[in-house]
Amino acid sequence: MKFLQKSLSVLLLALLVVAAASSSNGWGADKQKNLILATTTSTQDSGLLDVLIPIFEKQSGYFVKTISVGSGQAMKMGERGEADVLLVHSPEAEKTFVAQGFGVERKLVMHNDFIILGPPADPAKIRGAASSAEAFHRIAKAGALFLSRGDNSGTDAKEKGLWKGAGISPAGQKWFQQTGLGMGETLNVASEKKGYLLSDRGTYLALEKKRHLGLDILVAGEPKLLNIYHVIEVNPVRWPKVNNAGAKAFAAFMISKETQELIRHFGVKQFGAPLFFPDAGKKPESLGL
Amino acid sequence: MDLILEGAIKACQLLLSLDPEVLGIALLSLKVSGLATLLSVVLGVGFGTLIALTSFPGKKALVSVVNTGMGLPPVVVGLFVSILLWRNGPLGFLELLYTPTAIVIAQSVIATPIVMGITISAMQNLPASLRLQILALGATRSQMVLMLIKEARLPLMAGVMAGFGGVISEVGASIMVGGNVRGYTRVLTTATVMETGRGNFDIAIALSLILLLFCFLINYFLTYIQQRERPR
Repeated sequence: MKFLQKSLSVLLLALLVVAAASSSNGWGADKQKNLILATTTSTQDSGLLDVLIPIFEKQSGYFVKTISVGSGQAMKMGERGEADVLLVHSPEAEKTFVAQGFGVERKLVMHNDFIILGPPADPAKIRGAASSAEAFHRIAKAGALFLSRGDNSGTDAKEKGLWKGAGISPAGQKWFQQTGLGMGETLNVASEKKGYLLSDRGTYLALEKKRHLGLDILVAGEPKLLNIYHVIEVNPVRWPKVNNAGAKAFAAFMISKETQELIRHFGVKQFGAPLFFPDAGKKPESLGL
Repeated sequence: MDLILEGAIKACQLLLSLDPEVLGIALLSLKVSGLATLLSVVLGVGFGTLIALTSFPGKKALVSVVNTGMGLPPVVVGLFVSILLWRNGPLGFLELLYTPTAIVIAQSVIATPIVMGITISAMQNLPASLRLQILALGATRSQMVLMLIKEARLPLMAGVMAGFGGVISEVGASIMVGGNVRGYTRVLTTATVMETGRGNFDIAIALSLILLLFCFLINYFLTYIQQRERPR
C-alpha cells in the first residue's frame, strides 16, 4: 500500500516535471523576438487581431504578446516603456502622448464609428435626435439609465468628451452608472439593465450576432462619432529596452496594402457589414474631423 | 437554462473533438497551477513545519501574518508581481512578465500561505508528547520531522487541495501577469473572462465546465491518496 502511494506521488511529480520541461522552450521565449502590443478591448473582442496577428507572426517571425486593455492603460504602459507598440483609439490623448515624447511615428490605420444604443422603448426619446449632444441632453433630462465604461478606454474618453461638449456633468448622477468593464461586458450589462450607452459599432455588431442584445442603434452618423485607430511606436530613445524594430515591423504591417484589404473585408461575411474601414495613408481631416 | 445546456453540449464537443486551442488552454492551466502548487507545497510545508516545531519571539505575530496571507486577494498579488516584473522594474532583467513562468510565480505567492497556514495548524494539532516519544525511540531529528509530517498527512493533503483550488480558479493574477496571450499564457479562467466579453457564452460555459471537471479530478486523486491509509 505504502509503496503504491509513494509511486503514485512520484508519478504525479514526474508528470508535472515532464510537462514543464516539454514546454520550457516556449516559456522563456527569445526576447529579441518578443513584441508587446498594447491595444484596446475592441480590437480583441471583435476578433480582428485573431485574424491579423498570426499572419504578422508568420511573416515577421516575431512573437506578439497582445495585451488587451483600454486605450488609457495601453498608453500608460507605453509611457513606462512596458509595451513596444500601441494600437489605440483615443486621438486627443494620443496627441498628448506623442507631444510628451512617449511615442513616435503615429500612423492612421482604420476607423469605424461610435453609436448610441438604447432599449427599443427609448424612454428618453432620443431616436432621431439631431446630434449626440442633443441625445445626451434628453437622456440627462429624462434621468434614463446610462451605462458608461468608466475605464479610461478610448470609448470612455470619447464619451467623456461628448458629455463635456453637451455641457453636462453626469458623474455622480443616479442615472449614470460606470461599469469599469470592457466594451463587450458593458454591452451585456446595458442589455440586461435596459440602459443607454455609447459603443463602437464593431464590438456591437460582433456581439449582437452571437446574442440578441435587445438594444437599438438610436443615434449614429455624426462626424464627431468617428472612432479612429492609430498605431504608435513607443519611443525607443526614452526606453532602450523597447523592441523598436518589432514595433516598426508591426506598424508597417498594419498599414500595408494586404493588411488594409484584410481589414476592409473582416467580418463582412459573418456580420453582413464591415466592422472597420481601412484608412492607411489618409489624412485624419479627410474623414470629416 | 438553454444557455447552460448549450454550453454543456459545446463543452462535450470541444473535449471530444480534442479542439487543439481548448486543449492547449486546459493543459496550460494544469501545468501552471500544478507547478505553483508544487512550489507552494515545498515552501509551505517546509517553513510551516519549521514554524510549528520551533518557538521563538514573535511567533504569534508571524503565524498571524501567515494566516492573513491565506486570504491574499489574487489581484493584489497580480499587481505587485507585475510591478516587480516590469521590464523597467526591479526584476525586469529577467524578462518574465507575460510569460507562463510569471503566472507560476504569482500563483505560488497565492498558494504558499494557504499551504503554510494549514501546515502550521496541522503540526500544532499533533500531541506534544508525540515528539518526545519518537525521539525517545532513537529517531534522529530529521526522522522525527518526517514522521510528524506523515502523522499530519490528512490535514496536510487538505492544505494541498486548498492551495490548488485557490490557484486554478483565480483569474486576477493570471490576467495581470500573464496578459491572456493567445496560445501562450491563456488559461481556463482568463479565457472564460474573454469569451464572456466577446459574447461567446457557450464557449465560456464550456471552459467553466472543463475547469470544474479538472478541479474534481485533481481533488478526487488527492483525496484518494489522502484516504488510502487511514490512521488507526
